[in-house]
Amino acid sequence: MKFVGVLFILSELTAVITGPPGNPTHQFDGFKGSISQATSLLGLVTAPRWIVFFVYGILVSLIVYLLRTKKEVVSKALELQRSASSNKNLRRIFFSAVVILVVLLPTLVKDAFWQNAMVSQIAVFVLLALGLNVVTGFAGLLDLGFVAFYAVGAYATAWCTGALPLPALFGLHLNTFYAIPIAIALAMISGIILGIPTLRLRGDYLAIVTLGFGEIITVFANNLNGVTGGAMGTAQVPHFAIHLGPLNYDWGIPPVPYYYLTIVFVGIFMIAFSLLEHSRVGRAWTAIREDEVAAESVGINPLKYKVLAFAIGAASAGFAGVMTAAQTNYVTPATFTLGLSINVLVLVIFGGMGSIIGVVFGAVAIQTVTMYLIHNPPAGYQPQDLYMYIGALLVIMMIFRPAGMIPSRRRSRTHASSVSGQE
Amino acid sequence: MVAIGYTMVYGVLRLINFAHSEIFMIGGFTGFFVLKYSIGSSTPTGFSSILFIILGILAGGIAGGFSAVVLERVAYRPLRKRGAPKIAYLISAIGASYFLINIAAKEFGRIGQSMVQPYIDHPIATIFGAPIQMYTVIILIVASLMFFGLDRIVSVTKLGRGIRAVAQDSETASLMGVNIDKTIAVTFLLGGFLGGVAGFLYALNFGVLYSMGFTPALKAFTAAVLGGIGNLRGAVLGGLILGVVESLSVSFVNPAYIDVVAFAILILVLMFRPTGILGERLGRDA
Repeated sequence: MKFVGVLFILSELTAVITGPPGNPTHQFDGFKGSISQATSLLGLVTAPRWIVFFVYGILVSLIVYLLRTKKEVVSKALELQRSASSNKNLRRIFFSAVVILVVLLPTLVKDAFWQNAMVSQIAVFVLLALGLNVVTGFAGLLDLGFVAFYAVGAYATAWCTGALPLPALFGLHLNTFYAIPIAIALAMISGIILGIPTLRLRGDYLAIVTLGFGEIITVFANNLNGVTGGAMGTAQVPHFAIHLGPLNYDWGIPPVPYYYLTIVFVGIFMIAFSLLEHSRVGRAWTAIREDEVAAESVGINPLKYKVLAFAIGAASAGFAGVMTAAQTNYVTPATFTLGLSINVLVLVIFGGMGSIIGVVFGAVAIQTVTMYLIHNPPAGYQPQDLYMYIGALLVIMMIFRPAGMIPSRRRSRTHASSVSGQE
Repeated sequence: MVAIGYTMVYGVLRLINFAHSEIFMIGGFTGFFVLKYSIGSSTPTGFSSILFIILGILAGGIAGGFSAVVLERVAYRPLRKRGAPKIAYLISAIGASYFLINIAAKEFGRIGQSMVQPYIDHPIATIFGAPIQMYTVIILIVASLMFFGLDRIVSVTKLGRGIRAVAQDSETASLMGVNIDKTIAVTFLLGGFLGGVAGFLYALNFGVLYSMGFTPALKAFTAAVLGGIGNLRGAVLGGLILGVVESLSVSFVNPAYIDVVAFAILILVLMFRPTGILGERLGRDA
């Protein structure tokens, strides 16, 4: 009976969430519409929404129940997956297939919207998620102001290329390529500056302080008209260009060249971060994440490694900032919101904290769905509703699958050993 | 007020309730709807306006307390049962907070609305030449009543002893026969009630908006940290100091940066005196 009640509440909640939006003057219209509007049930009959969603809820729970009773089928499938993922050859084949797919993707996807989205929304978010993964996944620090480093990277690019009201760095309008190291360095420095005072704090304080820092960056970007161009954004940031002897290439409006450039850097960051993960530094991060006091007692300086995690995570976000600035040609404070920080956090959580492959998978999957929703919005969907789903997804992930869709191997090993009591 | 709510929940769970700002928002909206549909178009006067204010406060508080309990059931309890790491609570709370903000935005619209006035707003007295609004008086009365009520509850009653016991050592408390789940739920209820009432009072003056909780919540957090988190009296003191500093800084700082001031205070306090002014517990220990 209690189960039916919970099911009823959940399905009605879904009905409200997916229902039509409310109206500022008649606030209850949204609820009324969500509950009583007639919709078709599986194309068979038409019924008010509350009945339809309750039926859906019953169907879903029946399926879950059947899967649970047929445990051997599920466990066999899991077994298969496990053996497949431990089989080196199979993994190599799968991996190279993914790489080929990634390289060929622009020839398969011709739609202009999607080509653009691949760079500005998917590849850039993969970079951001990789960076946040170092901070949150490896070192276990919750950073809600990650967007700040992204902003630093973007504004640094604008600065180097002379798009800011400030005099350009070194007095020249540098090629955007030179902006990459400068932007990364500046982002890392800001990571260190933010990290040294705040990283002494415990997790929840850190989250609030970084949240505040992210907000401060937006306030400054909006109001320092003489430095950042204010709410209007910056002037034109040039595209990338190579003029090296015989090599002459200009990146332009078409997104495909940007796609390849970003993919190369995504690859570099993935390799670098996975090397880091298995190095002394990565092990130190794991130790701090699991038990800071114990880590300190075996001679790890937690502050040093935490600041390092901040700086390295910031590097990838800074680079993402360069890509955004160069591809969209301008930088505006409206890009760098708290919502974006949370969005990146979801990518990391969904994919699996601490797992590089998982994070990339999470970023690609969630951003693709997001873009699809923006491109072909279903009836009653508003772009801002996205954050509602994101919030719900965070809670659901934390309750049912805290390790993410593709958990990190080291993490799952620790989980396994702690379950069997071999710690 | 919001600061007290934070401190309350923090004190017991040793955890910042990120979704407190949404409880604030829910309290504001509930009060708004109750007044909107009970008052109608005319502005009440005299005794009936006092009744309406009390009605709004109760509605906001009950809605806040109720949603806080639901929140605890959904977003916190499953994690506590599993013994999840602290970061999981934070993420789950942030998710819940985001969900609530945006569903409110969707259902109630994205434009702010001003409250139906339950009283005629005019200066009722002047002190040192500054006009005293009705609103200020209401807030002062309600806040001090709440504060004293809560202070009594926590320090005198059996429930309060339970709350403090769970705050100090939840395992031992459960051995002594304190029902942890129940105590935590009651703490959330009290904290949520305060948050809801605060939301209603805020809405009286500033109207309602889906994101109305964000800035007050951050300021309240700053106030709680400033006064020493986990300490009820400290929260009140911190709130007073923060209010004074902010109003003074209006004359020195560009108004666009006014929110930055609160953050600067927060960061400075956390760096140099993480225990706050009246706090006795370290904010740094793991």
